[in-house]
Amino acid sequence: MQPTLPPYARLLGIDFASHDDGEQGPPLLVMPFSGNVLGRPGFLHGGAIAGLLEMAAIVALLEAATGNPSIGRVKPINMTTDFMRGGRDTPTFARGIVGRLGNRVANVDAIAWQDDRDRPIARAHMNFLLVPNTPA
Amino acid sequence: MPKDPQIETKPATTGFDAERFFRRMGSIGHGQALAMEWRRQGADWVELALPWRADLVGDEEAGLMASGPIFAMMDNATSLATWRRMGAFRPSATLDFRIDYIRPAKSGRAVIGRGECYQVTRSIAFVRGIAYEEKSDDPIAHVAGTFIFTGPVWRG
Repeated sequence: MQPTLPPYARLLGIDFASHDDGEQGPPLLVMPFSGNVLGRPGFLHGGAIAGLLEMAAIVALLEAATGNPSIGRVKPINMTTDFMRGGRDTPTFARGIVGRLGNRVANVDAIAWQDDRDRPIARAHMNFLLVPNTPA
Repeated sequence: MPKDPQIETKPATTGFDAERFFRRMGSIGHGQALAMEWRRQGADWVELALPWRADLVGDEEAGLMASGPIFAMMDNATSLATWRRMGAFRPSATLDFRIDYIRPAKSGRAVIGRGECYQVTRSIAFVRGIAYEEKSDDPIAHVAGTFIFTGPVWRG
């Protein structure tokens, strides 16, 4: 199941990307280079990269939580982002990896890359509070 | 974090005018897309504001602004604060940035970001900041980060 992306993701131009043949795993997101995500001339804004990583972490978590009726909403507690390379004028991909999905907290990593998946431009670690569904 | 910052309308103690720089750089790219606004500056801090907009929402159910726009504003406010502290522009790149969400932002409210640079070494600037709505002693988020300089100070 693909969750609907929120308005902020649409502002950044983020969309779901198709997996490589036969590949499994959490949803892959893509953010095209555009004026809306530009920082200093020719480079992505760090805030736009962080926004993409946040979305990748959230969709990975929502997918992992699918089918778990006790999880209602997920609330971000914090986010730590490392910037490893400048983002150039080419599409950026991102994927979240759920490290642990507990009862109260989820620990999720996200990684962003451009031409080469083995040369990430940024990575993030997020902790989420899992809000239980209140029984009707 | 200054407890009770003196409002300075002019850069009295530093040769770097963050307002002028912001008005030039804020009008392009991601800053323009977010419609960030200038507020005020001090010797080592800068305040920007992010008016609430429906297309900045990250949590539709709760009507909450996504953290990306707040992140972008704090990144800009803390970079400007670094050049305020140094008194000059120096090219830099964000090395790492952390945000702690103290409490949810209220839907429909502008978020103010105050960035402060508390230490500069030969290679690294250390920054911190808060995002709040009305009172700086009731923040919605704390940030901490570092910038690495990528070139020499621009003189003149």
